[in-house]
Amino acid sequence: MAKVFQKPESLTDKPMHYCPGCTHGIVHRLVAETMDELNIRQDTIGIAPVGCAVFAYDYFNCDMQEAAHGRAPAVATGIKRVHPDKVVFTYQGDGDLASIGAAEIVHAANRGEKITTIFINNAIYGMTGGQMAPTTLLDQVTVTSPYGRKAETEGYPIRMSEMLAALEGAAYIERVSVHDIKHIMQAKKAIKRAFEYQIAGKGFTLVEVLSTCPTNWGMTPAESLEWVKNHMIPYYPLGVKKEAK
Amino acid sequence: MSKVLMKGNEAIAEAAIQAGCRFFFGYPITPQNEIPAYMAKRLPQVGGCFVQAESEVAAINMVYGAAGAGARVMTSSSSPGISLKQEGISYIAGAELPCLIVNIVRGGPGLGGIQPAQSDYFQAVKGGGHGDYHLVVLAPSTIQETVDLVRKGFDIADQYRNPVMILGDGMLGQMMEPVEFKEAKPRRLPPKDWATTGWKGDRPRAVINSLFIDPQVLEDHVNRIYKKYEEIKANETLVECYNCEDAEIIVSAYGTTARIVRSVTEMAARKGIKIGLIRPITLWPFPAETLRSWAQRDHVKAFLTVEMSMGQMVEDVTLSIDGLKPSHFYGRTGGMVPRPADILAEIEKIRGVNL
Repeated sequence: MAKVFQKPESLTDKPMHYCPGCTHGIVHRLVAETMDELNIRQDTIGIAPVGCAVFAYDYFNCDMQEAAHGRAPAVATGIKRVHPDKVVFTYQGDGDLASIGAAEIVHAANRGEKITTIFINNAIYGMTGGQMAPTTLLDQVTVTSPYGRKAETEGYPIRMSEMLAALEGAAYIERVSVHDIKHIMQAKKAIKRAFEYQIAGKGFTLVEVLSTCPTNWGMTPAESLEWVKNHMIPYYPLGVKKEAK
Repeated sequence: MSKVLMKGNEAIAEAAIQAGCRFFFGYPITPQNEIPAYMAKRLPQVGGCFVQAESEVAAINMVYGAAGAGARVMTSSSSPGISLKQEGISYIAGAELPCLIVNIVRGGPGLGGIQPAQSDYFQAVKGGGHGDYHLVVLAPSTIQETVDLVRKGFDIADQYRNPVMILGDGMLGQMMEPVEFKEAKPRRLPPKDWATTGWKGDRPRAVINSLFIDPQVLEDHVNRIYKKYEEIKANETLVECYNCEDAEIIVSAYGTTARIVRSVTEMAARKGIKIGLIRPITLWPFPAETLRSWAQRDHVKAFLTVEMSMGQMVEDVTLSIDGLKPSHFYGRTGGMVPRPADILAEIEKIRGVNL
């Protein structure tokens, strides 16, 4: 009988530690499927962040480095300069990329580092227990914005993709969501395209994935998916933000 | 090869290139700017790569990535910049990555000054970043020695998979001396089969990492690293003993300060005072045994440590001689350099008390 579904070769057999309903697992799979389809697993070096995906080095079945909080784009720069013929990707959350690692992502993008960043935006710090992130929506309650995020004191949620798309070094930037099947398929396409752009040597590539955190949002998995659709997408519009010719 | 006249910072950069370093990541800061400038010019000529990072934090993490990818890699900075690099240095030590870090020390704390100092000794030798780890710290006192130690530093880093620091100062970085780039006998180094180079399945999957969430696993990891440190102590400790054979007072100093103390020994001899110099070349591992063995000699009455700081290495000297003889300190700080006459006056004062 023909196999119609299987685990990508680019994922290890290690059971993932993610909470029920969290979309990290889906995004891991999309990245792994991309590596399989482009036949680049043996030539790919991934960088895990600090945050919920800190153990990504146990899940991606390729050479991996674990970076300090926010520094993945700098680590990726070091790797890519040593191995310009390899495919290098970082996998980072919103606290990692948009807060503590804001300088590193901006300058890696601006240098046009030929890497791919998978940016998980779930509007909250997950691993540390639900603190406010730079991407937390206005009025969103977190443990460090218990009265809801206020623009006057906490500023506005950062649209990283739009910001990075303004940089000349950025070759491909797209925001996607994984709240339903249709959008998951689109996310897969975007991730594959970003890797293809990197392989073609066009410059810095990033896919921002709007994701869930049922545990820290205090919602069921199903409610979380609805919340992405109804609250996140209106503020974080989906689509291609930058596509170099 | 004949000698060439070179500025300390440029000599460091050239020595690194000759030692096979092809990757440099740095950020501007005085008084070490000639190192990145030299690297920016020379590395592309030899097929290497120079990146001016957006910060010292980014630079050291680029070093982490490149070292983890198997390259011979370095960064350089000066005191405030080295403080910023401590996060990455701790991760590099934890992930057991080889690299060379050059600190051309300037006065501190804070923004401090830009004149030579030795006030980063504690930071270099006692940790600097978080966690249980050590750098191998090399402290040259001439530009020739700096050049020789750069190659040695890369070799030690690769042999033990541990970051190595060259602890210089603004004086060593800025002055010019004749220097010879000698053909060194290459060490037999282990293959970097742990590096992330793309996994073809012919070795275990490479994971560069310093996270060990199970405390027992982390303790085992740290214990293994500390076992390695014992090997480094046994194999790599370097110290110069000058004029100690019949010395009444032994002066300990490293780097630039040791050069000054060397001329004080001659001034003292003319006054009939017998002074020896113990110059640690490796500040970690510290030559504690050597100091202790001299402290056991009857002719040695006292120890004096001279530093361009408020007294940092003196703690290791005092620990090493373990109360066998009195331990004194003299230092200038903030970018001020001790004058030979003042050191001699200090020696005469100690002599009056201890002899």
